[in-house]
Amino acid sequence: MTEEKIDGSLNLRGVACPINFVKTKLKLETLSEGQVLELIIDDGEPMQNVPRSIKEEGHRITKVEKLSDNSFRLLIMKGGGKGAG
Amino acid sequence: MRDSFMEDKTDKVKVDAKIEGRTGEIDFNTLKSGGLIKQRQKDMFTVRLRCPGGRVPLSNLEKIVTVARKYAGDYVHLSFRQSIELPYVDYRNFKAIYNELAENNQKVASCGPRVRVPTACSGCEYNPNGLADTQKMVRLVDEKYFGRDMPHKFKISFSGCPIDCARTSENDLGFQGAVNPEWDEETCIGCRICSKACREGAIESDAQTGKPIYYPEKCLYCADCIRACPTDSWRENIKGWVVRVGGRHGRHPITGHKIAEFVSDEDVPIFIDTITKWYEENGKKYGRTRLGVILQIPEEWNSFIETLRKTLKDKIIEFPKPPSKNEIHS
Repeated sequence: MTEEKIDGSLNLRGVACPINFVKTKLKLETLSEGQVLELIIDDGEPMQNVPRSIKEEGHRITKVEKLSDNSFRLLIMKGGGKGAG
Repeated sequence: MRDSFMEDKTDKVKVDAKIEGRTGEIDFNTLKSGGLIKQRQKDMFTVRLRCPGGRVPLSNLEKIVTVARKYAGDYVHLSFRQSIELPYVDYRNFKAIYNELAENNQKVASCGPRVRVPTACSGCEYNPNGLADTQKMVRLVDEKYFGRDMPHKFKISFSGCPIDCARTSENDLGFQGAVNPEWDEETCIGCRICSKACREGAIESDAQTGKPIYYPEKCLYCADCIRACPTDSWRENIKGWVVRVGGRHGRHPITGHKIAEFVSDEDVPIFIDTITKWYEENGKKYGRTRLGVILQIPEEWNSFIETLRKTLKDKIIEFPKPPSKNEIHS
């Protein structure tokens, strides 16, 4: 496994939409451009909505892993996307 | 039940505004065609305004309020086709209302056997789901086709996405925005987000690689996969309008079905021209009959599709389905 640079971490297991995205957004605000947030969200509605919203905010999801408890681990680079809509 | 306030519909009223090209003694049916709808109350009419796509500029809204305060009731009613209606207008004030609304270029709608004010959702301009510019198309249709005589009423609507808020299957002619996605394997990181984003089960993820397996027959062309894909590996291949024809609501609703998909903005007027022309030529012999009723007659359906294919060639899908009855009273 390649070494991952992680600048912040957020465990949102059991946190429903849209609170999970609001928390992600607030956390990303504490980071600077190019820094990486590690985010854990549940399968289902959170996985359906949160990644899309992250992209629309202009950030870049660089990695997605399915965890053994059926939740997902995402790495998000702040401001690494093509820009918010 | 007899309502003592109801007037005889064959009555005429003396109107000094020009309505449907007429002035002076005008019967109630002509008034209705001009967007003036007789109320139960003596001398009282509802004035239906022309608000294409349900979009009313604030300056017009202010003018409408000013006019309503002077000549109408103390509320407006929003019609089911997105237009503002002013109830409790005395017919003696028609001319004043027409003139004052005209100062802001606010027009009165129309009823009767003709192309009605087109309806639409807010569209792609600011609605996150929007895939196509419904408001732009509504302006075009309103300018070019509004009020054109038809064998019966003719309603056109535009929805920006497959959620279909403008109910394209319930209109004589409906256009719904759609995007056909394509996938680029090279840039895909196998993150599985697309299969989560897809609400139709049209994308599954390969258990090993996480890369998508696409089932086009399940796809509604909503572009959720494109919006969700973090690497832009899902892209827009072709964008356009799904065209549905022959729908209606009312006492005997009919569901219109798809006859074409991914139709360009430029082709929309060609569809409207071809379909309204066929309806004018072939609908008259049935009297005041909606398009969807006529299209359920097999020989008429065949003639209709044949006519469309002459102009629109392979833009018409291979096996289009005629409109179908939607039984709500049985």
